[in-house]
Amino acid sequence: MTPFDYHAPKTLRSAMRLVQAFGDDAKVLAGGHSLIPSMKLRLAAPSVVIDLSGVAGLKRVTAGNETISIGALATHYAVESHRLLPSKCSLLPETAAEIGDAQVRNRGTVGGSIAHADPAADWPATMLALDAQFDIAGPDGERAVAASDFFVDLFITDLQPGEILTQIRIAVPAECSGGAYVKMRQSASGFALAGVAAQVTLDDAGNCASVAVGVTGVAPAAYRAHAVEDALVGQGIDAVADAAAHATDGVEEFQEDHHASGDYRAHLARVFTQRALSQAIDRAA
Amino acid sequence: MKIEVTVNGEHQSYDVEPRMLLVHFLRDVVGLTGTHVGCETSLCGACSVMLNGDAVKSCTVLAVQANGAEITTIEGLAQNGELHPIQEGFWECHGLQCGFCTPGMIIAAHQLLERNPKPSEADIRRGIEGNLCRCTGYQHIVDAVQYASKKMTT
Amino acid sequence: MPVSKSVGARIKRREDPRLIQGLAHYVDDIKLPNLLHVAILRSPYAHARINGINTDAAQNLSGVKSVVTGDDVKDVIGGIPCAATDPEGFPGIKVPHHPVLATGKVRFVGEPVAAVAATDAYIAQDALDLIEVDYEPLDAINSAEAAFADGAPVIHEDWDDNMAFTWSIAGGDVDAAFAEADHVVSQRIDHQRLVPNPMETRGVVAQYLPGKDQLNLWSSTQIPHLLRTQISVMLSMAENHVRVIAPEVGGGFGCKLNVYAEEALLGHMAKYLGQPVKWIEGRRENFLHTIHGRDQTGDVELAVKDDGTILGLNYTVTADVGAYYQLLTPAIPTLTGLMLCGSYTFKNVQMNLKAAFTNKMATDAYRGAGRPEATYLIERMIDVVAHDLDLDPLAVRRKNFIGKDAFPYETGTALAYDSGDYTAALDKALKIADYEALREQQAELREEGRYLGIGFSTYVEICGMGPSAAMPAGGWESSTVRVDPTGKVTVLTGVSPHGQGQETTFAQLIADGLGVDIDDIRIIHGDTDAVQYGIGTFGSRATAVGGTAMVHAMGKVKDKVVDIAAHLLESNPQDIVIEDGKYCVQGAPESGLTLGEIAMVAHVGVELPEGTEPGLAESHFFEPPNFTYPFGTHIAVVEVDADTGEVEIERYIAVDDCGNIINPLIVEGQVHGGIAQGVGQALYEEAIYDESGQMITGSFMDYALPKAHNFPRFELANTVTPSPVNPMGVKGVGEAGTIGSTPAIANAVIDALKPFGVRHIDLPLRPEKLWKLMQET
Repeated sequence: MTPFDYHAPKTLRSAMRLVQAFGDDAKVLAGGHSLIPSMKLRLAAPSVVIDLSGVAGLKRVTAGNETISIGALATHYAVESHRLLPSKCSLLPETAAEIGDAQVRNRGTVGGSIAHADPAADWPATMLALDAQFDIAGPDGERAVAASDFFVDLFITDLQPGEILTQIRIAVPAECSGGAYVKMRQSASGFALAGVAAQVTLDDAGNCASVAVGVTGVAPAAYRAHAVEDALVGQGIDAVADAAAHATDGVEEFQEDHHASGDYRAHLARVFTQRALSQAIDRAA
Repeated sequence: MKIEVTVNGEHQSYDVEPRMLLVHFLRDVVGLTGTHVGCETSLCGACSVMLNGDAVKSCTVLAVQANGAEITTIEGLAQNGELHPIQEGFWECHGLQCGFCTPGMIIAAHQLLERNPKPSEADIRRGIEGNLCRCTGYQHIVDAVQYASKKMTT
Repeated sequence: MPVSKSVGARIKRREDPRLIQGLAHYVDDIKLPNLLHVAILRSPYAHARINGINTDAAQNLSGVKSVVTGDDVKDVIGGIPCAATDPEGFPGIKVPHHPVLATGKVRFVGEPVAAVAATDAYIAQDALDLIEVDYEPLDAINSAEAAFADGAPVIHEDWDDNMAFTWSIAGGDVDAAFAEADHVVSQRIDHQRLVPNPMETRGVVAQYLPGKDQLNLWSSTQIPHLLRTQISVMLSMAENHVRVIAPEVGGGFGCKLNVYAEEALLGHMAKYLGQPVKWIEGRRENFLHTIHGRDQTGDVELAVKDDGTILGLNYTVTADVGAYYQLLTPAIPTLTGLMLCGSYTFKNVQMNLKAAFTNKMATDAYRGAGRPEATYLIERMIDVVAHDLDLDPLAVRRKNFIGKDAFPYETGTALAYDSGDYTAALDKALKIADYEALREQQAELREEGRYLGIGFSTYVEICGMGPSAAMPAGGWESSTVRVDPTGKVTVLTGVSPHGQGQETTFAQLIADGLGVDIDDIRIIHGDTDAVQYGIGTFGSRATAVGGTAMVHAMGKVKDKVVDIAAHLLESNPQDIVIEDGKYCVQGAPESGLTLGEIAMVAHVGVELPEGTEPGLAESHFFEPPNFTYPFGTHIAVVEVDADTGEVEIERYIAVDDCGNIINPLIVEGQVHGGIAQGVGQALYEEAIYDESGQMITGSFMDYALPKAHNFPRFELANTVTPSPVNPMGVKGVGEAGTIGSTPAIANAVIDALKPFGVRHIDLPLRPEKLWKLMQET
């Protein structure tokens, strides 16, 4: 790790000032579970580190009647262990529990993971499936971006220089909704070789009134599997298998390494889409 | 940078470089070498310590981030010369061989039992997935955690 | 040997209290005044010429004490040794000079190029960034096949090709066996490269005491004495001025049975700088520059009769041994050759090996060291025979087993198996598994489109290494047993345990043998200034060979104790017994003497029998007459997910026979850990170098060590067939689990995929591979 200056702002305002003052020389530190390892490997060598963990108000997870708010600095464990989330939106704690290991979940943050946008991270799939809104503070004030507009490419998001992700907002799913996250862990790192998050709401007939599917690990950025959703809306569980076959429609480039080929990841995306949707429908019923 | 920490109940203050990792701070500055370094990628768990009640991998925390924190290391588990039930479990059940992963493994088990005092075998195996052991094949570690669970809940 | 209260008991380990409280001292825990920290600059290229190195900027960094390069040390530090280079054994062997720091050329990624000593480990790392090396990249070779290809770049330019050495072994009449065979069953089998990965990486602390001209070297090693000899040669120091200490060692698995560049380099730097130095290997460094295991690819042919009788085996194999030799590199595949007949009666056997230099780290001893290759090969091929001839794999095994009355049994490779009852272990394992029910379950699940597999490994291994005649650097072991004046017993052993628990098992043997409390016994190891010369811990030898040395030394002590007791009790030595911890005339413990009382007499020296030397310490150097041959049956039950290819281990049954057992708790632990490593090889682990010679599995992010949730609860049992090779009847158990488990898992997975017509799959059995095979049919 190369030497750097360390700043631990207490307020978002001072954090913003630091971020803008140091520009590209600075890295923002959340839980540190992506940044610190890459600094140790000297893949990142910022001259300034701005630690957000002391910023007031960014760690809170609240589950209201209509909205779930997750502060960007909330840890994975805070989501995993939240008392109200299993009943309000089980997909969130289920995804959290699939990340890394207990120590990593204690320290790693939801916002850090989302902003880092590792192509194999778990949260992006779930955020897409829940149609999350990301609140971003920037030099020109606040803005909100939908998850579906946020994940752009390999480690690239809609987050602009000088901006900080502050909060994730998710609408509490309606009655008769269910979600599921299914992944295959890369056997060494635990990241997703493929991971699929599905959230459905059923109508009175037991058919899908709404379907959202997020896929991670497969393409350079996590994506919404719109073709699957379109094929399943208005249909029941019997249509899941056919719908899941569309899980990689429109994907032009697949992630590929010695752990898994693109073909295999695409296959897993289809299998897990089917499994996640079946479970989600099951839970919604 | 000046930081103040409470390590194993002792309040102390130090001057450290911002880039110093918590694990190096504990080992080289505080002088508690029971916490080990086994990798650079936050995967092996040998460096696990309790930071404000949460088990963390101290190779992935800067010492300056621990400013104001309470830290418990393996050296702080035994009280008044009596082994902690988890330590006792590891001894009774032969939960270690070379011993290098053991301090981190015990810390992970400590966190697990705090949150889930009566874990199933599957819970234990998932609960220690952030800690690699190359010697034991994990079975005696599972036994050790079960031993401690039993002792701590009766 | 009387077995009484300690031996055979599940005694918890005496080494544990320090380890579970964070009070042990591994190399990195050693602090010395004025300690400098060393960081090593390593080659980023697999193959390149070094046209120049500029260290000025690094030298000038505040806190940097010294930067050394290959040119600085080439005349003062000798080459890294290899103990297995005899051209009679390895015809045509090329033995390249192996410098501690590269000069002129680098030959693998991770090869040391320069070293920095600084006041702080972080500064030493900073300085590495400031060293400028002018590399001229050359084409790299990443496999044996590429090494032997026409026009391949030559790695060692003293020669004109990359052939490192050849080796062969032959027994019986292989040609006749194949002529007589009804079938020739052949298969190409790959044994992938593995990284040992003890949880403690390597590390060295060196301190030079000029007043004594003494070098103290702490190293995380399995062989302190052999290391001391080699370091003294490399540094041209008198051996008796070098002290090597293996402190607490955090696992070895063979990779610390070696002599590494850093050990000599740090020794040199401590002396040259006049300050103690420390180097602690990072995990990435460990992946790149601590020895690897396996990496053989070969074609195996079995000559088989219609009924499954195996007549002979022919194995033609290439080994990718990396760029240089480490201590035992060429010797490892020879162990494969010796064990090719496995548990079976065929004696017509032949292996021809070609070894290639490649631009990779050297291979050497990794848990099992050459024998896992043999066992995997023969156990896998038994199943291939069963597949091809439509026979039951168990029937093929039983048909070819060496019978229990055939021991001692001479194999086709001229080994003398000491003792065994292979059928008994198999039968016991089948009973535990409830085999018939498993097969029924398998059939039922297949109807549902679920794929359960049952795999066997009926292995035999060669342990207790070994008679000196069969070893490159001595196969004996040493011990001194001392009774101190107050009756406390101190054992000095030449073995160097690092997790195997000999501080407990050896104390158990002494407690029973001398009639003392186990807490009055201390086992000292790993310090060459304290302990007589010894060989070390590897090859499942510590108890079988080192324990035997100790038992013999203890016997000499006991003879003397009994003589003194008889003299003091005015009796005859043959009438003295130990009762209630006292040496007494049989039936009269009240007038007996404690060991302490006798020891005090021995040390005060006035009441001794005439002609008896004072003092109470004896040594023994034990030369084993043979290896030992533990064996067993492992059964794996797995389910393969038809949609994803994922493997779930449902059950794992292991019946091992390691002879008599001193401490069942410790034996279980050894077997558990061994199984886990063997499963790692079968399912997860693989060191991969890309075409440019970069290791793409160089961290725990990409190289998967097995985790706790990868396993079910192992079901263990034993049979006990004592070894006649040593008085305790023990065989060794350090490698059994690893050797036994890889083929059991592989056979189970392939059995699961039988409906898809799968005959063989190379390891590791990654989900994608299995999925593809299921797609193809």
